[in-house]
Amino acid sequence: MSVGMTTIDKLPHSPDRPAGAVSPNMAAIARRQRWQDVLFHRGTQAFSLLVLAALIGILVSLFMSAWPTFKTFGLKFLWTVEWDVVNEQFGAAIAIVGTVLSAGIALLIAVPLAFGIALFLTENCPTWLRRPLGTAIELLAAVPSIIYGMFGLFVFAPIFADFIQTPLQQVLGGMPLVGWLFGGAVNGMGILAAGIVLAFMILPYIAAVMRDVFEIVPPILRESAYGLGCTTWEVVRKVVLPYTHKGVIGGVMLGLGRALGETMAVTFVIGNANRMPTSLFSPGTSIASVLANEFGEAADLHLTTLFALGFLLFAITFVVLALAKLMIIRAERAKGT
Amino acid sequence: MKRTFLKALAVTALGSFIGTAAYAADITGAGASFPYPVYAKWAEAYKKETGIGLNYQSIGSSGGVRQIRAKTVAFGATDSPLSGDELNKDGMVQFPAIIGGTVPVLNVEGFKPGELRVTGPVLAEMFLGTIAKWNDPKFAALNPGKALPDQAITVVHRADGSGTTFNWTDYLTTVSKDWADKVGKGNAVKWPAATSVGGKGNEGVAANVGRIKGAIGYVEYAYAKKNKLTHMQVQNQAGKYVNPDDTTFAAAAAGVDWFSVPGMGVSMVNAKGDSSWPISTASFILMHKQPADKAQSAEVLKFFDWAFKNGKQMAAELDYVALPDSLTNEIRSKVWSQIAK
Repeated sequence: MSVGMTTIDKLPHSPDRPAGAVSPNMAAIARRQRWQDVLFHRGTQAFSLLVLAALIGILVSLFMSAWPTFKTFGLKFLWTVEWDVVNEQFGAAIAIVGTVLSAGIALLIAVPLAFGIALFLTENCPTWLRRPLGTAIELLAAVPSIIYGMFGLFVFAPIFADFIQTPLQQVLGGMPLVGWLFGGAVNGMGILAAGIVLAFMILPYIAAVMRDVFEIVPPILRESAYGLGCTTWEVVRKVVLPYTHKGVIGGVMLGLGRALGETMAVTFVIGNANRMPTSLFSPGTSIASVLANEFGEAADLHLTTLFALGFLLFAITFVVLALAKLMIIRAERAKGT
Repeated sequence: MKRTFLKALAVTALGSFIGTAAYAADITGAGASFPYPVYAKWAEAYKKETGIGLNYQSIGSSGGVRQIRAKTVAFGATDSPLSGDELNKDGMVQFPAIIGGTVPVLNVEGFKPGELRVTGPVLAEMFLGTIAKWNDPKFAALNPGKALPDQAITVVHRADGSGTTFNWTDYLTTVSKDWADKVGKGNAVKWPAATSVGGKGNEGVAANVGRIKGAIGYVEYAYAKKNKLTHMQVQNQAGKYVNPDDTTFAAAAAGVDWFSVPGMGVSMVNAKGDSSWPISTASFILMHKQPADKAQSAEVLKFFDWAFKNGKQMAAELDYVALPDSLTNEIRSKVWSQIAK
């Protein structure tokens, strides 16, 4: 990008001057414009570098605050199943498993639903319904997470315990292979409950992004496919999805990112037990909810361990984003573009 | 492309915004959340009378200790008292300011508040998970003639670190050797019962106990009263079963020899006396002997002096117990005198 490029030759020639000659007036304009461009370039560059500086700053300060924990427990901190504040024995495994499991369950539920919603809105929805439905989804995305948490604890959890957990346990609890998934006490809270509440939280994000990217598919592509006699599903599968896969993956990752880092909603329904979950119903904990719960009263090694967990959450999110980028690159290479 | 969606995102990003305005004349303090309601009420009345406000940040006991060590506030507040050594190291004094109690609450159908009785060791076994059902013989023996259900006990505890948890585990540690060996005491502990569930804050525990059938939990007394939770009578050191209220908390305070420990950091659990509530606690104030800002420090003492004299009724309205006059006089003469004016 050439910064100082001005548009001298595109300036209209004054009629009373021979072509090619530049009036001092014009040169002044050109100089001013060049100067403005440089300023603009440097300014915006500084803004973007600020983001980078903040990112590195957060990473470094997190790591420095977490260092005593990493030094004390070493690499085995990652897979140690222990959380004993009194005796200062800590491991991250319980929180990591809780985080990944609840976010994974959320994605399993939210992605197909969001895909269906976005499809309906862009392909099948009558025009009069499109606006109200779309607005409703966006409104859902704007609901603060604590509202989801309160709804989850006071409304969803009792219903979930009586009408979903109990029947599930009665029907599937005794089955071989999968029975253990539905064992344990039924009280409406736990990993599965957290996953479901998270799913409803991230659903509008993923659905809204998917709808937006589906809408940018040029009508001519779509109509040609329909013209060839494709069904709606074939159009989506063969035209819309290949055209928009980047945006779709982006939307899913946005949702996953939110699910991994979600604090309040999870804290309300996950059960907050620092134990390794043994079934989908058992209470557990996530990194974000441990941080939210214990930061106020933590000191010494406990405090640095919370910083270490924060650092790990950062790392997990980073790995997820990197994987998403990798997926997009591979998909593009496969397409040959 | 996604203007409306981004708009929605922006709305979400506008989270809660807390602005605290600090005025030069105001007293600053930070720490325990357990006594926060009563400090706030005192502060309101004090401001009406003197025009001097109190900016108290209820950030938790550990936070309060950190802040007073760093001298960013004029006083710190903590539920778990510092030891004499710790106080000397930082040149600080410590004194109790208010007394409250922690109450075991349960959700078993058919029982009125205070109808069921329990002893400390049985409570410890319930929280250890070794007593797993409500009709366990050990519990039934304490409640002859009561139709206890064959229902699993779900332990509900605080998920966040808390002075209430410290008080509760301090009590269990005192009355049960098993608990002392396996778990211990602290603002947060490793809960051993296989079915335990955590709730955030007193209100989170109250909500979970109210919702989960067969649950047992512990909350600060005011929350049990406000949420009409069913509490149990607990056997005190004298062998008597008592109900929690301001008279039994006060009785526990009367049986304590405050100056037996440097820094007055006496544990009030399992206090002597026929009518003492065994799970009572004091909340403490920390101040520097050589304060960075002597004027501020003097204002803090004026505030607590006023609160000790005039705050009893306000404390009682919130189900706390103010310190008896004999004790506050001793605090004035023995503790406050050490603070440089």
